Amino acid sequence: MSTPPPAAPLVRARNLTVDFVGGARPVRAVAGVDLSLAAGEVVALLGESGSGKSVTLRALMRLLPEKRARIGGSITVDGRDVAALGRRELARFRGGTVAMIFQEPGLAFDPVYRVGDQIAEAVVRHERVSRKAGRARALELFERVRIPSAETRLDNYPHEMSGGMRQRAMIALALACRPKVLLADEPTTALDATVQIQILLLLRELQREFGLAVIFVTHDIGVATEVADRIAVMYAGRIVERGDCRDVIRAAAHPYTRGLLASRADHVFTRGTRLATIPGAPPDLGALPPGCAFAPRCAQAVPACEAGVPEERPASATHVARCILLRPPAQADAGATAAA
Amino acid sequence: MLAFTLRRLIYVTPVAIGVTVVCFLLVHITPGDPLTAILPADATLELQEQMKAAYGFDKPLPVQYGLWFWKVLHGDLGHSIATGRPVATEVLRAVKNTLILATVATLIGFTFGTLFGFVAGYFRDSWLDKLASFVSVLGVSVPHYWLGMVLVIIFSAQLGWLPPTGAGPDGSGDWRPDAAHLRYIILPAVTMSVIPMGVIARTVRALVGDILSQDFVEALRAKGMSEFGVFRHVVTNAAPTALAVMGLQLGYLLGGSILIETVFSWPGSGFLLNAAIFQRDLPLLQGTILILAMFFVMLNLAVDVLQTALDPRIKRG
Ligand SMILES: Nc1ncnc2c1ncn2[C@@H]1O[C@H](COP(=O)(O)OP(=O)(O)OP(=O)(O)O)[C@@H](O)[C@H]1O
Ligand SMILES: [Mg+2]
Repeated sequence: MSTPPPAAPLVRARNLTVDFVGGARPVRAVAGVDLSLAAGEVVALLGESGSGKSVTLRALMRLLPEKRARIGGSITVDGRDVAALGRRELARFRGGTVAMIFQEPGLAFDPVYRVGDQIAEAVVRHERVSRKAGRARALELFERVRIPSAETRLDNYPHEMSGGMRQRAMIALALACRPKVLLADEPTTALDATVQIQILLLLRELQREFGLAVIFVTHDIGVATEVADRIAVMYAGRIVERGDCRDVIRAAAHPYTRGLLASRADHVFTRGTRLATIPGAPPDLGALPPGCAFAPRCAQAVPACEAGVPEERPASATHVARCILLRPPAQADAGATAAA
Repeated sequence: MLAFTLRRLIYVTPVAIGVTVVCFLLVHITPGDPLTAILPADATLELQEQMKAAYGFDKPLPVQYGLWFWKVLHGDLGHSIATGRPVATEVLRAVKNTLILATVATLIGFTFGTLFGFVAGYFRDSWLDKLASFVSVLGVSVPHYWLGMVLVIIFSAQLGWLPPTGAGPDGSGDWRPDAAHLRYIILPAVTMSVIPMGVIARTVRALVGDILSQDFVEALRAKGMSEFGVFRHVVTNAAPTALAVMGLQLGYLLGGSILIETVFSWPGSGFLLNAAIFQRDLPLLQGTILILAMFFVMLNLAVDVLQTALDPRIKRG
C-alpha cells in the first residue's frame, strides 16, 4: 500500500455540499465544508443539532442515499477520490479504509445475528479469510476492547448486551479491518456518564495505539477538549470556526462559538459540559440566507453580514473563523493561514 | 426449545377441549331433533325412544359429551348418515386432499408473494413496486371462485389444456403425485394461490421497507457489505414474520376452501362440508368441523414454535 506524501492529508474535503432532494423542496444540509485530517490526528466536530455533522460524516463514506442526496465538491481519502470509487472499490473502502462508530450501538447491529458473527462477517469480506479465522479475529478484538468473558459474549445477540458493552463491540467491529480513519458520530451520547468515560478512554487508547485519524462528533465540549487535537465548529452546514483545540476554546472568535461556550465564563470545560443554548432558532436549511447564516441570531450583526458568505479569516495564530468582524487576512499573522 | 414446545402444547389443551365442546353442542343446537333426520316421518314413539337410547340421547348432556369425547379419542367419529361409512375415514381422506391442494397453493403463493414483496419493498415507489403492488391487490380483491371459473373457461373450455374438475382421472378421489393427477391440481391450486400471494406480497413489502429503513442496514453498508450481503440480512430479518404469515395463510386455506373446492369439485374437506350441510349429514358435519378446527389449533401452535425458533429476540419463556 502506498503511503501518501507527508504534505497530503489523509482526509480532505473541499467545498463539500450536500443537498437532499425529493422532499417538498431541496434542503442544503452541508453548504461548503472544507475539512482536512492528517494521519493520527483527532478532530472534534461540534455544533447544534441539525447543523449537518452526521451528514458530513456520511458523505465522507458515501453512505447517503444516492437517489436523494446530491453531493458536491470533492472528497479525497487516502489519496483516492471518493466520488469516483466503483462498487467494489467502495465496498473495500468502507470498513477497510474508513470505519464508522454509530451513536446508537443498539440499533447499529442486526438484531437477529450474533454479534461475533457480525464482526467475523466483516473480516471475512475484507480479508478473504475463512469464517474460523474471522471468528478468531473477532475474539481477539473483543479482548482488545476489554469485553469480559469475550469467548461467550461473541455468541450474544445484540439485545443480550448492555449499552456500554454494545458500544465496545461496535468499536471492535469498526477496528476489525484495520481502518486508517475512524468516524465517530457521538459515540458516547447514548450511554451513562460512567460508561461514557470508560468508552472515551478506550477510544483514546486505541486511537494512539493504531495511529488512527479520527473525526469525533460530539455535543460535549469537555469531551472535545479531552480527545481532540483540533476543533471544527459547524453551523447550518458550514464550518464557522476551526483550529487548534485549546485556542478555539480560549479565544473563540466567531459569535456563534462564543455563544456556545458562554455557559462557562472561566473557559474551563470538564466532561459533561453540554453546549449552551443560544437564543433564536437555527435557519431553515431549505432557504439559507445569502450572507452569514448566523447573522439573524447574532448580537453583533451589522448590515454587511448579509452581503455574502464570509470567508475564513485568521482568529489567532492557530485558528480561523468565518466572521467579517475579524481583521481581513492581509493584516493578520502569516502563521495563521497554516492552521487547520 | 423442547420445554417451550411442551409448555405451548399445554397452553393449547384448553383451546382444543373447547373446540370439542363446541363441536359436540353443534348437534344439539341445530334446529330439530338430530334423530328426525334419520327416522322415517311415521316412526312410532316407541321406536323413537329406542333410537334415543341406542344413540345415548336419553342421558344428561355432560354424560353424552363424556361418552362422545371418549369415542373421539379413540378415533370413532360415528358413521355418515348418507353413505354409512365411518366419518373418520371420510374426513381424513378429504382433509388429505385439501391439505395437498392448500399446501401446493400456499407454496405457489409464497414463492410469488415473497418475490413481488421483495421487489416492491426494495424498489419502493418505482414502477416495479407499483406493478407488484397492483398484482397483489388484485390477488386479494378478485373473488377467487370467479377467477376459478375464468381460468376454467380459458384453459379447459377454450384451450382444452387442463381438466376442469376433479382430483384425478376417472373421478379418482385420492390425489397422488404423478403426472396424470398433476394436471388436475394446477387450476385449483393456481386459483387458490392468488389469496396467499397477495397477502404475503403486501406483508413482505411492508417488512422489507421497514427493515431497510433501520439503522443496522446503514451500518452493514458502512462495514463494506455488498448489496447481496445486505440482502441476506434483510431476508433473515424478514423470514420469521413471512413464514408465520405463510403458516396462517395455509390454515386459512384449509378452512376457507369451500368455494374453490366446489367450483372444481375437488374432493376435499370444503367439498365434504358442503355435501354434509346440504344432506343434513350431522355426524359428518360434526366430524369435519372438529378435525378442521383441530388442524387450525395445531397449525397455530406450529407457527408459534417455528417463529420462536427462528427469531432470537422472542424470549422462550
Ligand atoms: N436522509 C435525509 N433526507 C433528508 N434530509 C436529511 C437526511 N439526513 C439528514 N437530513 C437533514 O440534514 C440536516 C442535518 O442533519 P444531521 O443529521 O447532519 O444533523 P447533526 O448535526 O448530526 O445533528 P444531531 O446533533 O442532532 O445529530 C437536518 O436538517 C436533517 O433534517
Ligand atoms: Mg447527528
